[in-house]
Amino acid sequence: MSGDVNGASSASTEPTALDVWSRRLRGFFRSIPGTVGFSIVAFWIAVAILAPLIAPFPPNEIDVTAIGDPTPSATHWLGTDHLGRDILSRISWGARTVLGLAPIAVIGATFVGILFGVTSGYFGGWYDVIVMRIADILLSFPMIILYMIILALFGASALNIILVISTTKAPIIARIVRGIALELREREYIAAAKLRGESSLFIMFVEILPNARGPLIVEMCLRMGFTIVTIGILGFLGIGLPPPDPDWGGMVKDAYGMIFIWPHMSIFPCLAISSLVIAFSFVAIGLREYRYHG
Amino acid sequence: MIRFVLKHLTFLVITLFAVSFIIFMLTQLTPVDAARVKLGAYATEEQVALMTKQLGLDRPALERYGAYVLSVLQGDLGHSLHFGVPVSDIIFDRLGNTLVLGAIAFSFIVPLSIFLGVVAGINETSIIDRCILVVSTFFTSLPEFATGVVLLSIFVVSLGVLPGLSSLDAGGDWSVAQQFVLPVATIVIFDTGYVANMVRASMIEVMRQPFVRTAVLKGMSFRKVVLVHALRNGMLNPVTVIFLQINYLISGVVVVETIFGYPGFGRMMLEAAMNKDIALLEAGALVAVFVAVSTQILGDLAIMVLDPRIRT
Repeated sequence: MSGDVNGASSASTEPTALDVWSRRLRGFFRSIPGTVGFSIVAFWIAVAILAPLIAPFPPNEIDVTAIGDPTPSATHWLGTDHLGRDILSRISWGARTVLGLAPIAVIGATFVGILFGVTSGYFGGWYDVIVMRIADILLSFPMIILYMIILALFGASALNIILVISTTKAPIIARIVRGIALELREREYIAAAKLRGESSLFIMFVEILPNARGPLIVEMCLRMGFTIVTIGILGFLGIGLPPPDPDWGGMVKDAYGMIFIWPHMSIFPCLAISSLVIAFSFVAIGLREYRYHG
Repeated sequence: MIRFVLKHLTFLVITLFAVSFIIFMLTQLTPVDAARVKLGAYATEEQVALMTKQLGLDRPALERYGAYVLSVLQGDLGHSLHFGVPVSDIIFDRLGNTLVLGAIAFSFIVPLSIFLGVVAGINETSIIDRCILVVSTFFTSLPEFATGVVLLSIFVVSLGVLPGLSSLDAGGDWSVAQQFVLPVATIVIFDTGYVANMVRASMIEVMRQPFVRTAVLKGMSFRKVVLVHALRNGMLNPVTVIFLQINYLISGVVVVETIFGYPGFGRMMLEAAMNKDIALLEAGALVAVFVAVSTQILGDLAIMVLDPRIRT
């Protein structure tokens, strides 16, 4: 928590926003895992944005001539899958799917978590007890089983995936924010704000919440990684996004039964998802180191 | 202590009721027609109507929820549409299989992760700490299906030394023990890194405490400081995390069970979900929540045993 104010308050002259940011960035990039992670994430974001340019073929186009020998070749750099669809193209378009869904789910979870966390910590009392009990119940519910129930009842869709991930991850964010609000509400500057006649809303969101920024950013980064894994797992289990649009987990599901003959079909999507998740975890390590060592 | 247990058991019961009620109400929101699923697409409207009446689906929702709770309390979990047997016949069988798999994995995860976490935590920022942190973060970030696929391609496809299918059938070329190797390895690789990182963080925090500095400054050997003073305090937070892993080992291993064809609880739930087998899903969800909440309680109890300060 102390790392946040370092850039701004320790300089003697008034630092410009540019100074603060360049200092923060230098601090972050001093961490090797942080730098590696950031580069890989940037790479995948570029792939997702540039997918139409990078992908040599449309993701669902079937090359009948490749079905006989789907292994990597000059036409299909990473080979094709059992239906003759180009794997490089499907991986590039798959980056769009995962980098489109995961941030929405994480931001949804963060939003709900902040809302309940900060009010719960600030007001306390019965409201706090009830909110935290509900959070406990949600946390104790295994996410994957909740998703299976939702799937059986409502079917598979991107919206359902986002809703389930947001609801099950929100309690974790809520706990973090609540802890910080609980700690800060007794501080003098909060009492001063109350005396000034500020509204509870103003105090919660303008005076307290910015202090949670550091831990929240680290947590969101970790959640991104976990959410990408979750989306991959749902795809792998065959209960994620409906086919035929490319999603990395689904590509592994289609191919791992053929690993004895064509290992490339499952290995490449596995590498893609693993590298992205590891990258987010490493960014989180970098952010933590930066917060502790300034 | 007794008050603590009573309070938490009450919470367990309330949670189970809340969850069963929520799931039951969710099933009311959707047009899954159990009678239609049971009879198939070619049944006539009259047959469906009759079956609806036989299954009691024409009564009001609250009345049916009451009846459901009563029958569950009497040990009757309903009838599985997909497997065609009573839910209790299949669910405990599968749960047992998963418990065996989880227990074997758990017995590797706990010592390994505590060892790695403590070694890293007492040497913070040393090269060995950096290596353990990066390697364990690396492995715990790999999705289990990626780990599983890589292990499959090395040990089954390339080397041919292990079976790729763990169906627990004793016949065939591979013994049951050999069938356990790859599923257990996949779980251990995934989970050990996570727990090790938690142990590491907790040890680092403890090693910064004044009482550790005092012990070092009064001339106690570093080894003794760690073993006598730091370890017991450093294990408090990880104990909660370790107990939470039991929860993961029950329902989170569905991926591993799917890759290796292991007949466990997670895969049963997956099949139930894909075939809209609501009775089995409901019962399975209750079992999963029961396991989740009771491991939380056990974790809190373990902390009370370890930490005399919060024993009341």
